[in-house]
Amino acid sequence: MNGTTTKHQIEIKNLWKIFGAQPERVFTEEYQHKSRAELQEELGVVVALRDVSFNVDSGQVFVVMGLSGSGKSTLVRCLTRLIENTLGDIYFGGDNIIQFSSDELVEFRRHKVAMVFQHFGLLPHRSVLDNVAYGLEVQGVDKETRHRKAKEAINTVGLAGWEEYYPREMSGGMQQRVGLARALAVDPEVLLMDEPFSSLDPLIRREMQDELINLQESMHKTIIFITHDLDEALKLGDRIVIMRDGEIIQEGTPDAIVTTPANDYVAEFVRDVSKAKVIRAETIMQEPASVVRESQSPQEAIVTLESQDSKVAFVVSEEDIVKGIVTATIADSLVQSDAPDLKNAIFDNAHMVSAKAILEDCIPIAAQADHPLAVVDHEGRLLGQIDRKDLLVGMAESGIDKVGKYGKE
Amino acid sequence: MAAPSGVSASKQSTTDEMANGGLYSLAGKYGNLIIYAAAAVALIVTFVICLAIWGPGMAFPMEIGKQIGAKVDEWILWLTREGDWFFDGIKFVITKVLVAIEDFLLWLPWPVIIMAVTLLAWKVAGKSLGLFALIGLVLIGLMGRLPGGTSTLWEGSMETLALIIVAVGISLLIGLPMGVIGARNAIADSILRPILDGMQTMPSFVYLVPGILFFGLGNVPAVMATVIYAVAPVIRLTNLGIRQVSPEAVEAARSFGTTPLQMLTKVQIPMALPTIMAGINQTIMMALAMVVVASLVGAGGLGEAVLRALGRQEAGNSAIAGLAIVAIAVVIDRITQSVARERQRALIGD
Repeated sequence: MNGTTTKHQIEIKNLWKIFGAQPERVFTEEYQHKSRAELQEELGVVVALRDVSFNVDSGQVFVVMGLSGSGKSTLVRCLTRLIENTLGDIYFGGDNIIQFSSDELVEFRRHKVAMVFQHFGLLPHRSVLDNVAYGLEVQGVDKETRHRKAKEAINTVGLAGWEEYYPREMSGGMQQRVGLARALAVDPEVLLMDEPFSSLDPLIRREMQDELINLQESMHKTIIFITHDLDEALKLGDRIVIMRDGEIIQEGTPDAIVTTPANDYVAEFVRDVSKAKVIRAETIMQEPASVVRESQSPQEAIVTLESQDSKVAFVVSEEDIVKGIVTATIADSLVQSDAPDLKNAIFDNAHMVSAKAILEDCIPIAAQADHPLAVVDHEGRLLGQIDRKDLLVGMAESGIDKVGKYGKE
Repeated sequence: MAAPSGVSASKQSTTDEMANGGLYSLAGKYGNLIIYAAAAVALIVTFVICLAIWGPGMAFPMEIGKQIGAKVDEWILWLTREGDWFFDGIKFVITKVLVAIEDFLLWLPWPVIIMAVTLLAWKVAGKSLGLFALIGLVLIGLMGRLPGGTSTLWEGSMETLALIIVAVGISLLIGLPMGVIGARNAIADSILRPILDGMQTMPSFVYLVPGILFFGLGNVPAVMATVIYAVAPVIRLTNLGIRQVSPEAVEAARSFGTTPLQMLTKVQIPMALPTIMAGINQTIMMALAMVVVASLVGAGGLGEAVLRALGRQEAGNSAIAGLAIVAIAVVIDRITQSVARERQRALIGD
């Protein structure tokens, strides 16, 4: 990415957008701290974005959530200068796009970003194939290549066989798949999605969300996703910013938003959120009570269990990878059979959950297990443990303070 | 960003408004009533004074119409003299094209023309229009030479057709770009709009006169007058069609790096095409309506036949020539409308 020193893919710095005449009047000693309503009353200008700053890392799904009028749609349009901001900078892979000439801007829009729109924005006079190929067509890609790439994108979104149909012949959900395919066809670094699923009915919406999650697992694109739906934000987002009246009022992981709302406004939002669907295992996990290495002897395991007054201990390799659990009974039988260490016994009896797993998915596993669950990272390394009590506390309202302690990143 | 000096002033006015809020609202309540009463009093006073001093039939203090009219005459004469080469050039080109088209149409054997038009009408607009075109054209052919005419009704129809083709061609050449410019540029639009209003409401005889002065009598001033009369709808509807293109589609196209020219050719014109076609249809119809009027400045064709019958007070012959115009108009209208409707269907479905 141009070999610059920035480590974030997108950096947004002090972005302001003011609609109305002479917006510079707002940036004076007298006015700059006044509220949106006061500025509208006194200067007749509307502050759509007020000093918005955040960073987006490569491969992240970054959700901007807010109700209508919060400035989220203005924000996403400023990112490609469909709307010109009043003040502030937007760095994209180290380049400040605000400084781009109109030619550079066209190139930027053609190759770096692609956008998916709430109302699809398809071209009614073009077939699905030519709609999807549109981005490549304006780049000047020859017909054969752009149709091949467009077909790939159409297959990716599950519309194979619909190439020759027209948008008017398709349902809303299918039209939005066309919109998504059109964005994917240009293979952008960043996908901007402006409430892409808001105009779809709830069943289709959930289906599309799930498919986006699946797609993202293989694409690893950077996605900036705009929504007014908190459930959608929590479901899709790696990071979330919540906006109100053009300002960011909280930025954090879904966990952090739910467990430690920044103010009453956010708290009111997350009040009805099912915590089990949002909070992840890593948030509520405890330090593992007892851990033994597989290279240790069964006798040592017994000593560890007794000294720590634990019923079970996790057995891990030298790389901290969970191999299983050992109880006093198991250790005793190993001592009987003269085993030198814990290695030879095939344990594989630990119940494990991924650190990223939501509590809802941990419940059935915890129900089967009569020992604490091992919380592991994606390579199987032990990070912590969760017992049934932790699960209940994590989901309970009263647990928020306790959870919050561990919810810090 | 430094504070512009206007900040303090605007602040001042805001406080003033707030201080006077009470007074304003009081005035607002009775404001209209006071204004109406004052106007009524002024009207009555003026009436009484004027009647008392000058009596009925009061004259204006001066007359400037004569001078202005003379000035415009002078100006047009100057233009005729100085722009001689320019108008002659236009006349030369238009005459050449007109004659070529007319000669070609008359060179074609009439059964070929009738068959071609019938089949086209059938294909685009259905069986009944095909039949109508067939009967209409055959009847025009069978009418032969009307009394006093130098040519047959068929030859007159072909001459009229040639006039229409050239006038509509020039109208589109001017109108389509003007429509596009008007749709994309607010300033151009605000200049264009009143000019179009004027062109459409101005009685057509008014611009026939300078037409004769610039181009002499004949088909060329007729073509120019027809263009002025008929160009407005294609400009207006091209403008409207492009403005009506869904802003979402335009924004989406822009977000993919569409240049302004690509926007026009790949998004705006294709999506505006049904509306543009409706404008072209209107322009053709208005050109046809101008055929008779244009014969006043020496245009040939069916208009001339109507005008001659009018002079000789032959109601039957003028009706025959008039109906020939109607028949041609109906066929062209239905064909172009069907094409526009088909485009519309392709765009948004039934």
